[in-house]
Amino acid sequence: MTAPGLALTGSAAFGDTPVFGPLTLEVPAGQWTCLLGPSGVGKTTLLRLVAGLDELTQFDGRITTTDGDPLRGRIALMAQSDLLMPWLSVLENTLLGARLRGETPDKTHARDVLARVGLSDHQDKRPGALSGGQRQRVALARTLMEDRPVVLLDEPFSALDAKTRAEMQDMACKVLEGRTVLMVTHDPGEAARLGHQIVVMEQTGLRDVTPPPGAIPRAVDAPETLRTQAELLAQLLRAA
Amino acid sequence: MRGLWKTPGASIAGSALLAILLWQAVVSLAAPPSYILPGPYDVAETLITQRGQIWHHTWYTASEVLLGLALGAGLGALSAIGLAASPLATALLRPMMVFSQAIPVFVLAPILTLWLGYGIWPKVIMALLIIYFPVTSAFFDALMRTPQNWLDLARVMGASRGRVMRHIRIPAALPGLASGLRLAAVYAPIGVIISEWVGASQGLGYLILLALGRVKVDLMFATTIALAVMTLLVYAGVDRACRRWLDRA
Repeated sequence: MTAPGLALTGSAAFGDTPVFGPLTLEVPAGQWTCLLGPSGVGKTTLLRLVAGLDELTQFDGRITTTDGDPLRGRIALMAQSDLLMPWLSVLENTLLGARLRGETPDKTHARDVLARVGLSDHQDKRPGALSGGQRQRVALARTLMEDRPVVLLDEPFSALDAKTRAEMQDMACKVLEGRTVLMVTHDPGEAARLGHQIVVMEQTGLRDVTPPPGAIPRAVDAPETLRTQAELLAQLLRAA
Repeated sequence: MRGLWKTPGASIAGSALLAILLWQAVVSLAAPPSYILPGPYDVAETLITQRGQIWHHTWYTASEVLLGLALGAGLGALSAIGLAASPLATALLRPMMVFSQAIPVFVLAPILTLWLGYGIWPKVIMALLIIYFPVTSAFFDALMRTPQNWLDLARVMGASRGRVMRHIRIPAALPGLASGLRLAAVYAPIGVIISEWVGASQGLGYLILLALGRVKVDLMFATTIALAVMTLLVYAGVDRACRRWLDRA
């Protein structure tokens, strides 16, 4: 699997109200791009446009890939809420995509993936019996089962406590390595840890922020990471 | 002792005892003739002496109710899925269904008897008609309330509409169907009794009219109690089946 890079150029409006102005977002192949910004600035709309989900917003522009093939069918999505089906077991939830496409579910592979996210002992449980962090790991396993080169993350860890969030960031980095990841986040610390690219979205457009040095996930207590985190927060405060 | 009344069994027994005492009080104080209002003792005696007859008619009515329930629930569930799958069907059929609810279903009982005779079918159809709308409506509303996030996820996964219906919308809407079925369990006996009043040779509705015609008011009351117990049992059965099914699904 070679992950393509992608680029979105254009503007979006909801009726007469502009959602975001003319902008260009480039998401390099095989890397993490973190999109940060205040609420209501259109981050999620942008992500939904890339996912091909937004039908109500008028988008005037283009979404392109570096290999020229369409994005359709090459995307996996992970959102803030885990979106697990409460009536299915952990294993069945992991296999949801295959089930929805009418493919033969590959249980062996699903068990391997669950083992990678540390849920081997929970595969027959219902989501209701799991903690928030475990549920989000099932969602991550489901995303991995899709095995798509492009992964869209919409604040996937924002509802977790600080420790679980940091653990999930480490795990996601490891298991999504080599894929093109576009992550929308509210959390400057998360962007500083995970972004190969960090982009701040404001009313006026996008602004690139130099990421801290080093491979991801960066250590939570590395001085450069903390400095970038503080800078990002200061920028968000100024923008608001 | 205080806590005892909080258990369901004690609460039901206490409530029944209170009702019987009130009934007996009215009979003792107003002393109506027994062909107007018999006392609880007379009715209990009739229940025991006439148990063979009452059991026969209860069984007959129960089979009409259960058949009507099964057909109405099946047809209602299928209609709800059909409507939820097709906006065109919803646009065309929903107003018709709502309008049909403005017709009191009871007015159809005589014509059903004319068309289908005195056997069980007009009763079954009547039960079906009376429960069809609550079942369809409860299930349809639940099918239309699937969380948008789930549908988005399914779309990114490349799901077909049919599979989204089967694997997400229907399972997510089962609690709605269950509440429709619980309502149906209480409504179905009403439809059956009305239809039995219009024309029948068996069943609890028939027995009630027969008893009144012969001024056997105690038998009429005993039959009514049998009908109430049957309805409660049908409700409890449906409720239990729904719970088990939802736990497993």
